[in-house]
Amino acid sequence: MANVNLKINGKAHSFDVEDRTLLVNLIRDHAQLTGTHVGCDTSQCGACTIHMNGVAVKSCTVLAGQADGADITTIEGLAKNGKLHPVQQAFTECHALQCGFCTPGMIMAVAGFLKDNPKPTDDEIYHGLEGNLCRCTGYINIVKAVKQASKAMSK
Amino acid sequence: MHTFSYVKAKSVKEAGDLLAQHVDAKLLSGGMTLIPTMKARLAQSSHVIDIAGLSELAGIEVKDGKLSIGAATKHVDVSRSAVVKKAIPALAYLAGLIGDPQVRNRGTIGGSLANNDPAADYPSAALALNATIVTNKREIEADDYFQGLFQTALDAGEMIVKVVFPVPAKAAYEKFPHPASGYAMAGAFVAQNGKDVRVAITGAGPGVFRWKEAEAALGKKLAAASVEGLNVDASNMNEDMHGTKEYRANLAKVMTKRAVAKLGGK
Ligand SMILES: Cc1cc2nc3c(=O)[nH]c(=O)nc-3n(C[C@H](O)[C@H](O)[C@H](O)COP(=O)(O)OP(=O)(O)OC[C@H]3O[C@@H](n4cnc5c(N)ncnc54)[C@H](O)[C@@H]3O)c2cc1C
Ligand code: FES
Ligand code: FES
Repeated sequence: MANVNLKINGKAHSFDVEDRTLLVNLIRDHAQLTGTHVGCDTSQCGACTIHMNGVAVKSCTVLAGQADGADITTIEGLAKNGKLHPVQQAFTECHALQCGFCTPGMIMAVAGFLKDNPKPTDDEIYHGLEGNLCRCTGYINIVKAVKQASKAMSK
Repeated sequence: MHTFSYVKAKSVKEAGDLLAQHVDAKLLSGGMTLIPTMKARLAQSSHVIDIAGLSELAGIEVKDGKLSIGAATKHVDVSRSAVVKKAIPALAYLAGLIGDPQVRNRGTIGGSLANNDPAADYPSAALALNATIVTNKREIEADDYFQGLFQTALDAGEMIVKVVFPVPAKAAYEKFPHPASGYAMAGAFVAQNGKDVRVAITGAGPGVFRWKEAEAALGKKLAAASVEGLNVDASNMNEDMHGTKEYRANLAKVMTKRAVAKLGGK
């Protein structure tokens, strides 16, 4: 068993989990934050994307033990004081989702890469989204939302 | 996933001792290959030894004309490093093409070279740049290090500590990524030092290899036209649903020509 101490969305937690527990299972099953999704078994879909120490990672490909001492933000922690994060706001306004399954991971990935590249070109947006798959939207409105969020955040 | 014990190593020495004690132990660096493999139950380990945070495996520096990169350096850090961009810009460019942003935020150069996936990017750079793989036991030249499909010269219990790249006069990398996975269908890394040109091809064959005919021709004249009349031997290439042997052999040549053109050798 591993004792994992970490912060999730600003709150300190301590869990005793099996060593083979994935971070996404710790988040979903132990911390009971089910906004983070699991869409594949192969580290490809990005539905499980969260921020670990401020950086977007696929939580299905991180062991809970590796996150000991980390500061985690999940989709539930992105809005501040009841106000949506600009990326969440833009996804809503641009209709950047249909079934919504990919959305939490998409939003965390976009929030991550806009930090590094606040004003991406179209090409940089396509490459920035390479780690996230969406089976519904055809990506067009997602790209629109990224542009809108980028504008809103650079105001 | 099968069960295992997770251990965070405190030093390279401790990690090496743990590997020596437990024959079924595995090192864990970025986890971007090992964890998916364990999830698919393609790998089973008694112990998973986390070396990602070791300061002995960190750091990027240039000294005496050589760029050295610690094994636990993440792809994202190589792609953004001002030091790498100045010394070997092609290497920073290559690192920025690996997988996707989330993978680059975790995956490391040591893990990639230890894994030696036949379609991985770094092996082509290490081979073309004539890098030295420094382990906890010895130094291995790239020409001796890569031994085909997922095979390297690393012994059980051996750990990559850093990779040392001689800084070339010029280098370029061109990759034709698989549209779904991002891995190379074919990639060519070309490095030039005067008359000495090295060409390493990844993705196309069962492991990274040097295309020596192209090296000889490019040594005489560094121009894409120099490889025009040459062909990569298709019989040794990979074949799967994504492409035939002939397709991959041709792609390797096209990528080589593009890399040479990028070097200014039109
Ligand atoms: C969706 C996806 C897309 C990808 N696309 C690409 C791509 O386009 N191009 C590409 O090149 N790669 C790609 N990768 C692989 C990625 O680059 C991995 O990061 C890399 O292959 C392994 O590095 P790691 O640090 O994650 O290693 P780990 O997964 O931690 O380890 C891999 C292996 O190396 C061993 N190991 C780790 N560190 C050391 C060390 N210091 N010494 C000795 N052995 C060690 C481990 O025991 C294990 O066997 C992709 C991966 C994913 C999940
Ligand atoms: S669930 Fe993590 S990448 Fe698909
Ligand atoms: S909205 Fe359905 S998968 Fe993206």
